[in-house]
Amino acid sequence: MKFLLQRFAFYLFTLWAAITLNFFIPRVMPGDPVSSLISKNQGRLTSDAIHSLEVLFGLDKKQSLWDQYIGYWQQLFKGDLGMSFTFFPTPVSEVISQSLPWTVGLVGITTILSFLIGTALGVGAGWKRGSWIDSLLPATTFLSSVPYFWLGLVAIALLAGPGSWFPSSGGFTPGLVPAWDHYFIGSAINHSLLPAATILISSMSGWMLGMRNMMVTVASEDYITVAHAKGLSDKRVAFSYAARNALLPNVSGFALSLGFIVGGTLLVEIVFSYPGVGYQLFQGVQAYDYPLMQGIFLVITISVLVANLLADVAYLLLDPRTRKSG
Amino acid sequence: MTRVLTRPLLEIKNLDVDYGLGDEAVKAVRDVSLTIHRGEVVGLAGESGSGKSTLAYGVTRLLPPPGVVSNGSVVYHPPTGDPYDVLNLSHHELRKYRWAETSIVFQGAMNSLNPVHKVSVQLMDAIKAHEPTSSKASRLARAKELLRLVGIAEDRLEAYPHQLSGGMRQRVMIGMALALEPQLVIMDEPTTALDVVMQRQILGQLVELRERLGFSVLFITHDLSLLVEFSDRIAIMYGGRIVEEAPSAAIYRDPKHPYSEGLLRSFPALRGARRELTGIPGSPPDLRGMPTGCSFHPRCPKAFEPCSTDLPILGKPDDHVGEPRTVACWLHPVTAG
Repeated sequence: MKFLLQRFAFYLFTLWAAITLNFFIPRVMPGDPVSSLISKNQGRLTSDAIHSLEVLFGLDKKQSLWDQYIGYWQQLFKGDLGMSFTFFPTPVSEVISQSLPWTVGLVGITTILSFLIGTALGVGAGWKRGSWIDSLLPATTFLSSVPYFWLGLVAIALLAGPGSWFPSSGGFTPGLVPAWDHYFIGSAINHSLLPAATILISSMSGWMLGMRNMMVTVASEDYITVAHAKGLSDKRVAFSYAARNALLPNVSGFALSLGFIVGGTLLVEIVFSYPGVGYQLFQGVQAYDYPLMQGIFLVITISVLVANLLADVAYLLLDPRTRKSG
Repeated sequence: MTRVLTRPLLEIKNLDVDYGLGDEAVKAVRDVSLTIHRGEVVGLAGESGSGKSTLAYGVTRLLPPPGVVSNGSVVYHPPTGDPYDVLNLSHHELRKYRWAETSIVFQGAMNSLNPVHKVSVQLMDAIKAHEPTSSKASRLARAKELLRLVGIAEDRLEAYPHQLSGGMRQRVMIGMALALEPQLVIMDEPTTALDVVMQRQILGQLVELRERLGFSVLFITHDLSLLVEFSDRIAIMYGGRIVEEAPSAAIYRDPKHPYSEGLLRSFPALRGARRELTGIPGSPPDLRGMPTGCSFHPRCPKAFEPCSTDLPILGKPDDHVGEPRTVACWLHPVTAG
């Protein structure tokens, strides 16, 4: 428990540092981001918007840096991340909350699926070396060395296109109103199939290879021989003794990969024009949309930190050796 | 301490163990025959690489690949019923045989326990695998009893292996080995990883348990002086073969094979007068290219003509009268038959 609290305190400190950096970077940048934005969008900004940008970047000059910093935290606690520039006058928090479900839905589910399938295959391949599962490895290793986005491009070129059942872009059929009905959900699933398959195929084999190699390492441990000598069933030795120990490094890897759900698959979302956070970030970068970028970075920071904390907790639960002062 | 032991428990006959197949195979154990009687402690000694542990793994069918038993039989005589060959058991029968009839304590005291499960879980799953109908409460009671048996406090049941010292872990393993009251316990260098004080303590406890429960022990070690004290009979292995087998006292008093003599002179005696330690010159043979004739001849101080060409047979030497013993050495020729 003490260990967890220590970790939690550490992550809180990291969060504070990340947010503070997030605050200072635009302010120490040479030049003036607001005026460059204004000049790029002549006539399209209301004076309110300019003012809000100035407030956001601390350019309303009446405040000291310290007061700005305090104000920034106050805004943050109210969930106010400023106005998005690309989607003006939508607030950044709203832009993110609209795109986040898409990313979490697509990448989250595929990350979990690829971990589960890959790990299960790895257990099989490592336990029965030379079996048909093991012979899949060269193929999956090849696929994992292919970048996500390239696989996505190939998938679009081969499978999507005029007359194909697979849509090549977007998160749902244009014209549908987002709602919890079967038209919309069916369309969303249909649109997510290709990107999901792309991510699944290229990320699964990493888990499989890792799990397989750990299984092979663990299988030569003395306690596995002891388990066999005890006359335990093959299933019990494979799962409760071998896989249970081989899983440990993979689990922390998995928890960390959860942190990259939000920002990690930018390229897939770009290739498929998927309305997720990554695609939003891409658009934000193109339009010099600092508030949006800052907001998305904040979300990514938080999710990476939460994933780290999850990894700590998972390790604590799974490996008794980490529970020092239990 | 020699007892009259007549009823065999495990008969190893002409056992060959290879690593690999065909011409590339490394012949780790060659033509080993050894009988363990009911209630007997048999010691198996030899240098590293002499095939002691491979023999133990071969007998229990735990050889890691590419190890294979290429010849021979291991006949087990159960307390009731007909004897059977362990090497012919089906997968299912083998699982039932393991631990219930023959259990093993391995040399890796530190790594023999699964680090992610509590001691209680690991004691109880062995019982559950063999007595699936037993209740959880009875298994827990048995686990407690086993820990008491090896002198560990009951509350250590809830401990994880990393919370125990090396000596405690090895005692847990001994307790675990006795969980199903097996007839034979194979000890593969059980105390090698422990300090001398702990060695004595654990061995003392083992002797006491053996007296009380009456199981047989096959004790494998490179420490011959330890065996002299604890075992009834000792077999000496060299280069995959048994080169001498005799009652402990006889080996200690009068080793016939020069290798046994060398081993004996490599360790300080636990009791008795001090003597100079000499050791054996040279190093164990390479199993991929064994010397012709007696494999010990390149290192043997007493080697003469036939040693380098002809393999000596293991048997009762012609010049020997008295209690049965065998040796494979040209210094003590054996008349075949």
